[in-house]
Amino acid sequence: MSELIQKSAAELADALAAGETTSVELTQLYLDRIAAVDGEVHAFLHIDAEGALEQAAASDARRANGDALHALDGVPIAVKDVLTTIGLPTTCGSKMLEGWVPPYDATVVKKIKDAGLPILGKTNMDEFAMGSSTEHSAYGPTKNPWKLDRIPGGSGGGSAAAVAAFEAPLALGTDTGGSIRQPGAVTGTVGVKPTYGSVSRYGLVALANSLDQVGPVTRTVLDSALLHELIGGHDPLDSTSTTTPVTGLVDAARAGATGDLKGVKVGVIKELAGEGWAPDVMAKFNESVDLLTKLGADVVEVSTPSFEHAMAAYYLILPAECSSNLAKFDAMRYGLRVTPDGDPSAEDVMKASRDAGFGDEVKRRIILGTYALSSGYYDAYYGQAQKIRTLIIEDFKKAFEQVDVLVSPTSPSTAFKLGAKLDDPLAMYMQDLATIPANLAGTPGISIPAGVSDQDGLPVGVQLLAPVLEDARLYRVGAALEAAIGPVLGLDKLDDRLAAGGAA
Amino acid sequence: MPEITRDEVAHLADLARIDLSDAELDHLAPQLQVILESVASIQGLAGDDVPATSHPLPLTNVFREDIVTPSLTPEQALSGAPSVEEQRFAVPRILGDEQ
Repeated sequence: MSELIQKSAAELADALAAGETTSVELTQLYLDRIAAVDGEVHAFLHIDAEGALEQAAASDARRANGDALHALDGVPIAVKDVLTTIGLPTTCGSKMLEGWVPPYDATVVKKIKDAGLPILGKTNMDEFAMGSSTEHSAYGPTKNPWKLDRIPGGSGGGSAAAVAAFEAPLALGTDTGGSIRQPGAVTGTVGVKPTYGSVSRYGLVALANSLDQVGPVTRTVLDSALLHELIGGHDPLDSTSTTTPVTGLVDAARAGATGDLKGVKVGVIKELAGEGWAPDVMAKFNESVDLLTKLGADVVEVSTPSFEHAMAAYYLILPAECSSNLAKFDAMRYGLRVTPDGDPSAEDVMKASRDAGFGDEVKRRIILGTYALSSGYYDAYYGQAQKIRTLIIEDFKKAFEQVDVLVSPTSPSTAFKLGAKLDDPLAMYMQDLATIPANLAGTPGISIPAGVSDQDGLPVGVQLLAPVLEDARLYRVGAALEAAIGPVLGLDKLDDRLAAGGAA
Repeated sequence: MPEITRDEVAHLADLARIDLSDAELDHLAPQLQVILESVASIQGLAGDDVPATSHPLPLTNVFREDIVTPSLTPEQALSGAPSVEEQRFAVPRILGDEQ
């Protein structure tokens, strides 16, 4: 494996600026890497070698003229297949959209194009972002580069695995209940869910509009800050977009990396521990908490009692929103059309197409959402879930009156085996216990690698949460913790494991 | 304890316009029952004094200036359509025999 592709995006940006490499060279190295390992990992659904190299050549030409557009101009990136891209297929991991090529770019895609980042391809995901393992992709699962018989998390397992396997230095993900952070945790990478509304959702094929957010998937905290600032900011095309500028994140990450957290108050969430939390995960998490104390932070325990009900509220609100969102897949304007025999009506075609185009998990959630929104059940389920959402927001507010950031493990266990929870929806949903509250409240969160488990040698993630629009705190504390933890060893042995067919 | 019967799942699938097979109904109905039992735990937890939150940010109507901006061309808008006729989406018959 080339040394260059193991560098962080920030280091690659410096190398490009210093003329030590070119975007074409870098892009080709990543494409070679994808060709070498993605047959095993399956992080990508679509690879755009030609387009990426064209964009890279244009970047090199700009740089030669002294016209670089952005610090990351020329640094390649992978894009989750739920974000629309002109000229590149966008399937959302579903047969429903097989072969669909959108006629418009998502705003975040436009932003990375305008900044000159070559797009390597589109990454695998659970169908329409529903899942925690990428096994619900209609195109087959992505495998965890740490151990190929394990899940890479989900729904954004493709983006996380691509970055973990050095197939890309950067990726875009989306997080509705943990789909950036949980894959980050189980692949030993960094993932950020920004404050709701601070990154445009235009061109993000919606799962649940009030929960979805686009964010960075990287190997370092600084890289996430660079990408987050690039994609953030107000977008008139998204009516839920906030007007507050997204700035100061890179500065916060650089300040944090100096390692001084004196005066920072950190709250350990009492409710996100105990039964259901693997001891090896808790051991690594506790080490991170000790490190925060050593860095000068004032660590206290904080209680957020309504978090206990977050998962139940989420699995009513999300299905309710997704059942109406996915109604647009009606086989009339785009997507799969299946025409039954005889003289079928539009409705017959719709029903047959949706049965053929959607997978099990999507069907489960659409039906659950239809149920929760039915008259007679609405108040007891959806209405009640919305009230729980209020209580969770209030718990966050109270907690942030006491502390600057909250901390918890990102995921209750390390990566489990492919297939282990595929037909047990509730067990799968439990993966997101710690990540869901932030989506319900709109607060930002980051997962950073806390080290590897003493039990199975697989990565463990630690999650930091901050108040709405205080994303910079995540970067300051995250960068300090990352520096104190040091390199999380194991991924450097990736090629040996790939050579051994993942048996190691 | 809430119950979601196989017949009810079939009815919901009909409302959601998904033509589930018998095998799918057999498979999905018990799973939905388990999920429903789990999420039903929130019933009655929050009283009338707790307001509902539909959205994490307190947003009201968002307006923009009434300025004409370019949009998709008809060709672009129709580019993903399963069937096109005279620059329009072509769809199967909408009315049934009895209409």
